Amino acid sequence: MTIVTARRISQIFFLIVFLWFCVVTTLGDAWWQLRGWSVNWIIELDPLVGLGTLLTTHTIYSGLLWGLATVVLTIVLGRFFCGWICPFGAIHQFVGFVGRRKKTSLEKAKVNRYSRWQVVKYWILIFLLAVAVSDLLLYLIRLPRGEPRVFLGLIAAGLAVALILTVSGTYKFSRRFLFALLLGACFWAVAGFFLNDRQLLSASLQVGLLDPIPLVYRSVNLLILPLVDETTLRLTARPRYYEGSGLIAIIFLTAIFLNLKFPRFYCRFVCPLGALFAVISRYALWRIGKTEAECTDCHLCERNCEGACAPSSTIRINECVLCMNCRSECHHHLIGYRTSPSAAGETVSPDVSRRQFVVAAVSGVAAIPVLRLNGYLAANWNPQLVRPPGALDEEAFLTRCIKCGQCMRICPTNVIHLAGLEGGLEGLWTPVLNFRIGTSGCQHKCIACGNICPTAAIRPITLDERLGKNHFTSTGPIRIGTAFVDRGRCLPWAMDTPCIVCQENCPVSPKAIVTREVFSPVRFGKRLVVQRSDSRQIELEGNMLEPDRFATGDFFCKITGKVFSHPRRIVQNTDRRLAFSADRPWDMPPEPGSRVEIQIRLQRPYVKPEYCIGCGVCEHECPVRGRRAIRVTAENETRNQQHKMLLRT
Amino acid sequence: MEDSNRKYNENRRDFLTRAARAGLSMAAACSLGYWFFDPKGPGRSSSIKTGVSLADFSIPGQKPKMSIVHGEDRTETIRRAMQALGGIEGFIHKGDRVLLKVNAAFASPPALSATTHPQLVSEVTRLCFKAGAAKVIVTDNPINDPASCFQLTGIARAARAAGGTVVLPAEHFFRPITISGARLIREWPVLFEPFKEVNRLIGIAPVKDHHRSGASMTMKNWYGLLGGRRNIFHQDINTIITELAMMVKPTLVILDGTTSMMSNGPTGGSLSDLKTTKTMIVSTDQVAADAFGASLLDKDAGSLPYIAAAEAKGAGTADYRSLNPVIISEL
Repeated sequence: MTIVTARRISQIFFLIVFLWFCVVTTLGDAWWQLRGWSVNWIIELDPLVGLGTLLTTHTIYSGLLWGLATVVLTIVLGRFFCGWICPFGAIHQFVGFVGRRKKTSLEKAKVNRYSRWQVVKYWILIFLLAVAVSDLLLYLIRLPRGEPRVFLGLIAAGLAVALILTVSGTYKFSRRFLFALLLGACFWAVAGFFLNDRQLLSASLQVGLLDPIPLVYRSVNLLILPLVDETTLRLTARPRYYEGSGLIAIIFLTAIFLNLKFPRFYCRFVCPLGALFAVISRYALWRIGKTEAECTDCHLCERNCEGACAPSSTIRINECVLCMNCRSECHHHLIGYRTSPSAAGETVSPDVSRRQFVVAAVSGVAAIPVLRLNGYLAANWNPQLVRPPGALDEEAFLTRCIKCGQCMRICPTNVIHLAGLEGGLEGLWTPVLNFRIGTSGCQHKCIACGNICPTAAIRPITLDERLGKNHFTSTGPIRIGTAFVDRGRCLPWAMDTPCIVCQENCPVSPKAIVTREVFSPVRFGKRLVVQRSDSRQIELEGNMLEPDRFATGDFFCKITGKVFSHPRRIVQNTDRRLAFSADRPWDMPPEPGSRVEIQIRLQRPYVKPEYCIGCGVCEHECPVRGRRAIRVTAENETRNQQHKMLLRT
Repeated sequence: MEDSNRKYNENRRDFLTRAARAGLSMAAACSLGYWFFDPKGPGRSSSIKTGVSLADFSIPGQKPKMSIVHGEDRTETIRRAMQALGGIEGFIHKGDRVLLKVNAAFASPPALSATTHPQLVSEVTRLCFKAGAAKVIVTDNPINDPASCFQLTGIARAARAAGGTVVLPAEHFFRPITISGARLIREWPVLFEPFKEVNRLIGIAPVKDHHRSGASMTMKNWYGLLGGRRNIFHQDINTIITELAMMVKPTLVILDGTTSMMSNGPTGGSLSDLKTTKTMIVSTDQVAADAFGASLLDKDAGSLPYIAAAEAKGAGTADYRSLNPVIISEL
């Protein structure tokens, strides 16, 4: 077996594992459904997720430690992940192969030539990490103020080192360098006094936008699988909807079809994960390279070069994805994967100039303060942004969510959706609840989303915690919002029509929706005058009634003007006669000539906010199907005390 | 032969350097992983700031005192009221740092009496300095825009003219506080920063109608120390006013009933809402001051539930007569 075959097997294996994990991320009790499969494993292997959350939260959450294995192997072997593991890379490689299938070797070698624009992926990486590193930066800038001793210690240590180097004659500092250093130290000492604690610079995790692993998870979860669900091969009980899948499709398909013209376009030009591997593979012990400097210059080695890393001349180790094609293509066996560098020379550093680095880093650091001028994390928070139960406070949430869509796929009721701009540009593709879509609201006894979330942006809560039971009795249930009745749209409130579907479906006990009984007169435009009556029926003057209309059990008859006369339930009616139920006949039937009125008994719903957890089952069930007559907004959500609405809940 | 030997050595050296660096990188990565590994994930969000408590600003060993002076000129009435209690020197000593908690809640002019009168602010500031105070800070967390409130009420100008320092609230001035025995003020943010450097506290409030609580006087004035989403406390107004009285133990309170807002409170907005009541009250007991103040609004102290509740919690006495207040009739 050649090493290229081994690579192909590895790629196919990991692609199948990835797809399998996506398939089994389906709630159910069949063997191919979620039963302890470690469906996040590929995400966890992605060290950009680990590094990103490490920078923003200063922790490496649970399974994300797997990223360390990838990092260690990359340090030893080079970018093996890109060529051997990455499912997105495998798709690119296959489509690229199809695209250049009929080309001549020369044409193939041409599309695989190194392009100077391959540097863009490093800009993207620097930008995304700079976004994540903002609050560490703030800590550093404020160090002279926050921890003056540490600051002075650093300065003293720096001076000592410089002194030793100068005295011993090891290094001679230029005057310009010393001046710059002095200026820098002064700036540092002063700058902290202009920045407040945690106001301007705060971290946000945006690597998920372009990190290939969350991207491919998102695309398969919210695009491919929902399409499969529409066929007879469906995985879920009912087809799923995801608002905003169009944008996901555009990005996914563009990335894939670009391979037809530019093989591995995404990997070479965009992929921030590849850029990260490029940086850490710098000291790789084994590397691709020529064994002899001189060769026939046939360029066959570049015919199928996936990384566009120029193995025929000075190889760019940072671009090499270890596809090993060059090694097997070389008829003279002049290319090897060895411990010594290429005989024709190699470069290991990305072509990022200092200026490019500064531009990307400064843009990244500035991005979040600029975006947060929208006030979405302060007074201008969006009440439409109802997050899944267990979601962290918005600021902490944004330091963890990688937009992978795992919660949206696992949600058994399809109520978790991609946010558009509800949470600002920062919150793009993060989970938000849409109660109109799906099979019911947020299921009361479900904690699936928090237990699948690979980064704990949604915490892995227990049912007890969600429901506020046992150990969590004192903290109460987790609320994600509060339901509000829109009295202008609600049938019993606005249309004199009995309903209370919302009250019936409210899953909490005691119910968070209660009703008050109201008798509302039915308008005829004419008076109903009694002609004859006894304890069980009344006959009216004229033929004014629509037969059987009032026999539904919701209609009652009352003597007009008599305050103490209780309404009697109508059980039957003809065009002029009303019959009453036997269990409560009239003690004193209305006298002939007196007036009566027909009333409808309504139960009008009221929300008891102290019991409401915002699950949205009421909103989902409301028969006013367009804009619902009862709707949940994030008011009173437990994840943010500032959104508290009531003193006692 | 020699050439290839040299090349071999070069490659070997190169490899060893690289291996050393790779080893260091791996060690660094692994130690990062080790140090920052978090198997459990975040818990329920909790506030990171540590709690604080407000000091007792009353003068120890003094019996509760109160004076009521009738007159129209605030400068004159406050001076006489202080004299009646033995002079401000009995409360403010040399070197004291004094906080004046004014009512600057609304951005409205002094003529509308919705806020503490600037004349009173400047006179009290002046008296404090005369008694030897080292610093006088004037603060409030108003309802309307803070800068506008302090400007339009004339309080900022008056305080500064008399040498006082105006402190406008900023987000990081607030710290959570928990009052023992309280139900509402628990880990609730209060305007703590100005309290850090003072050892005396004087509350200065106008007499106002308040539709939710009945009356806004010296106890209700402490509402302006609260931060956060404080208006949810309107859902239980009598309890919050009682707890404010439990939270704050002032050196003195000054209740200005020179003009009282009889209707449309607490914002007022028209001169027709006001009535000339010609009374200045100074007291060490905020409950007593408010109990008397109720009468200026033609109300009985018994009709304001928070007064009896605050008394029951030991914040003062509703029977102001028991303090034997010094009453000075029309100047």
